Amino acid sequence: MSAFRFSAILSTALALGLFSAGCGGTVEVKAASLKAEKERKTAPDFTLKDADGKVVHLSDYRGKVVILDFWATWCGPCRIEIPWFMDLQRRNRDRGFEVLGVAMDDEGWEVVKPFLAELGVNYRVMVGDDLTAQMYGGVDALPTTFLIDKTGKIAAVHVGLASRKDFENGVEQLLQAPAPVASAGAGEPVVSLGAK
Amino acid sequence: MGEPAKVAAARGAAVEARIPVTVDAGFHVNSNHPSEDYLIPLKLTWTSLGALEGGEVAYPPAKAEKYEFADKPLSVLSGAFSLTVSFKVAANAPSGPGVASGKLRYQACNSNTCFPPKTADVSVAYQVQ
Repeated sequence: MSAFRFSAILSTALALGLFSAGCGGTVEVKAASLKAEKERKTAPDFTLKDADGKVVHLSDYRGKVVILDFWATWCGPCRIEIPWFMDLQRRNRDRGFEVLGVAMDDEGWEVVKPFLAELGVNYRVMVGDDLTAQMYGGVDALPTTFLIDKTGKIAAVHVGLASRKDFENGVEQLLQAPAPVASAGAGEPVVSLGAK
Repeated sequence: MGEPAKVAAARGAAVEARIPVTVDAGFHVNSNHPSEDYLIPLKLTWTSLGALEGGEVAYPPAKAEKYEFADKPLSVLSGAFSLTVSFKVAANAPSGPGVASGKLRYQACNSNTCFPPKTADVSVAYQVQ
């Protein structure tokens, strides 16, 4: 019996474009600096359910500083950051700060809930969907973390593993910023002080 | 997807397919045996073998690489490598062309970022003589 040897050609797209979608080939870890207030854009609101089945709207947290973390259980860098966020949550919860996690695992709660239990995650986590990811620019690279100020605007975005100090400094700066004044300007939602 | 390489093989013959894969510089994929349970392995599965049988996949030796986001070195593949697949042409295979089709699932990261698992189509074209 003779043995033949032959090649199956994988597409060039497979071989060379493995990681091109959504990341442009390279991912830059951005510096810690917050955007100037006038350059900040409103974080898109979303409606997702947490591990208890309760509906979560980002807008519920208007008036608080929020870390919005897109992550997945299979993502090593995400697993480094999550304990940092748990610590930030523990230390700043009473100061008007919340961490919200959005898990992007295709398997959903089946894999996310055991992970949350294993780590004892102390903040709300939702399972994300394509719509949520699209609202935030695709979020193909994980972790992607948004720092959101008290007015609900995105003050910083970290793509990839950032430094713990970056998050701590960013959150502290946003917490120390003056509280927003409620207004009903055209095109802007009424700012509510404090989470519902 | 390019045209699959075509080979001619007799009924009952053992055949070996080499599937070249290239990972972009600066990135890696988990090997078929990741060092951590939570990591998604590289896995080639066949959805249709046509007149071929078997399809056992031999993965290349993995590298142990250390990354900032993991305490221990991870079992990964990077750069250019090949998967080798062993087939046997069925004894009753009809003469003529055919294609074995499969799916390659992979999950990639660089030193500080990971990307969702993806699945790529793989095909092996053959000609039964």
